[in-house]
Amino acid sequence: MKPPPFEYHAPVSVSEALEALAATGPHGKVLAGGQSLIPLLNMRLVAPSHLVDINRIGELDTLTAGADGVRVGALARHATVERSTEAAAVQPLLRQALRLVAHPVIRNRGTVVGSLVHADPSAEMPAVLALLGGSVRLACLGGEREVAAADFFTGPMESAVEPGELAVSAFFPAPPPRSGTAFREVSRRHGDYAVAGMAALVTLDEDLRIASARVACVSVGPGPVVVDVSDACARRPAASVPWDAVAAAVRDRIDPEGDIHATAGYRRHLTGVLAERALKDAARNAGTEAAHE
Amino acid sequence: MSDGTTRYAITLVVNGVVREAAVPARRLLSDCLRHDLGLTGTHVGCEHGVCGACTVLLDGEPVRSCLTFAVTVDGHEITTVEGLAKDGELSPVQRAFTECHGLQCGFCTPGFLCTATAFLRDNPVPTDEEVLVAVSGNLCRCTGYQNIVKAVHRAAEIQAEIQPGLTAETGPGESGRTA
Repeated sequence: MKPPPFEYHAPVSVSEALEALAATGPHGKVLAGGQSLIPLLNMRLVAPSHLVDINRIGELDTLTAGADGVRVGALARHATVERSTEAAAVQPLLRQALRLVAHPVIRNRGTVVGSLVHADPSAEMPAVLALLGGSVRLACLGGEREVAAADFFTGPMESAVEPGELAVSAFFPAPPPRSGTAFREVSRRHGDYAVAGMAALVTLDEDLRIASARVACVSVGPGPVVVDVSDACARRPAASVPWDAVAAAVRDRIDPEGDIHATAGYRRHLTGVLAERALKDAARNAGTEAAHE
Repeated sequence: MSDGTTRYAITLVVNGVVREAAVPARRLLSDCLRHDLGLTGTHVGCEHGVCGACTVLLDGEPVRSCLTFAVTVDGHEITTVEGLAKDGELSPVQRAFTECHGLQCGFCTPGFLCTATAFLRDNPVPTDEEVLVAVSGNLCRCTGYQNIVKAVHRAAEIQAEIQPGLTAETGPGESGRTA
């Protein structure tokens, strides 16, 4: 249960980090909060020959909330983003989801961008980014690119980050007016990975009927599974939406696997139940938003 | 040029004392504290972040020392269970754990004490639900959680007796955090 040896790099600027990553190529791995990487190292499930520790790069410890959304730097810890009232005011789903990420002590160290790059299909933040249609900014020596969430999660524990690239920030767009969000999940114990989880975004029209509704499902596919259920909501107010049909529409789009924690059938069942609950919560929150207009 | 065996000279301020060590990059903070600095109060349980026994305070915030490299936190302040008592007097959290039978074998206790100390500093008047969430990341396999939860509430009372006027509104709260 000790990490294998590795060559250690301690850059103090993004440009130094990019040089180290360019030099080490596919053998280099970025260390941010380490709350996923260090367990993998301790259990010897991974053994990168180079670790590039970005914890000294102050310019990555940023959190900016603007009218259009929240940009989270690569060193912003889960706890910092969770506590930020500015970020919660612009995009409430961040705090709603972060409360469910592991335990408070893990959130003190783990980073939001690290969680995205780790791309665990059971993790909350990839679902949040995918649901909101956010993006991740990747830098390499001599360039930068912004990758949309839809292209970022390429498989279980796999993201679009190429060797030599560093994820420097992620952008979570603000919801449209009269919108509400919610996050629901079921786990064996509080703080465990979700057996199934659901992020929801609902936007109402001026007559408070559901104009658009979308969910992102956790733990039931190779990555977050985004399902648009606007049609199933039939442009009705939340109180008269045919919720059984909505839940069925979500269940039909997922392909869960069974494991020691839950069978595929149980995950599918939970996903339908959680979709209804999360969408109802989101619709209620959207109603509150609309009332404040 | 460094390689996997290179040792790094690091300086940590542990419990207010400047400590130096020469560690390989892969040295976990938990092992650095125990083996390099001889502070065996920090216990190592699962070594993958699940049990919470190794929790210490890094610049005041609780973290898993088994999921932190010592070299990463070079120059930072660490508080371990050895640093909670002041001048031979148990801290309010330690007193409460003693009074409420919040420990039996004691293996998980250092992690609970560090976690609860930071929690009550930020939230001096917690609700039942908040206490449960706060200690949910620490596993205990023999005492049971009832007395541990009682102990956290009792620690809040002791703290309030020592520092009258400390309430949820006037406590250190958000401004007391280092984040």
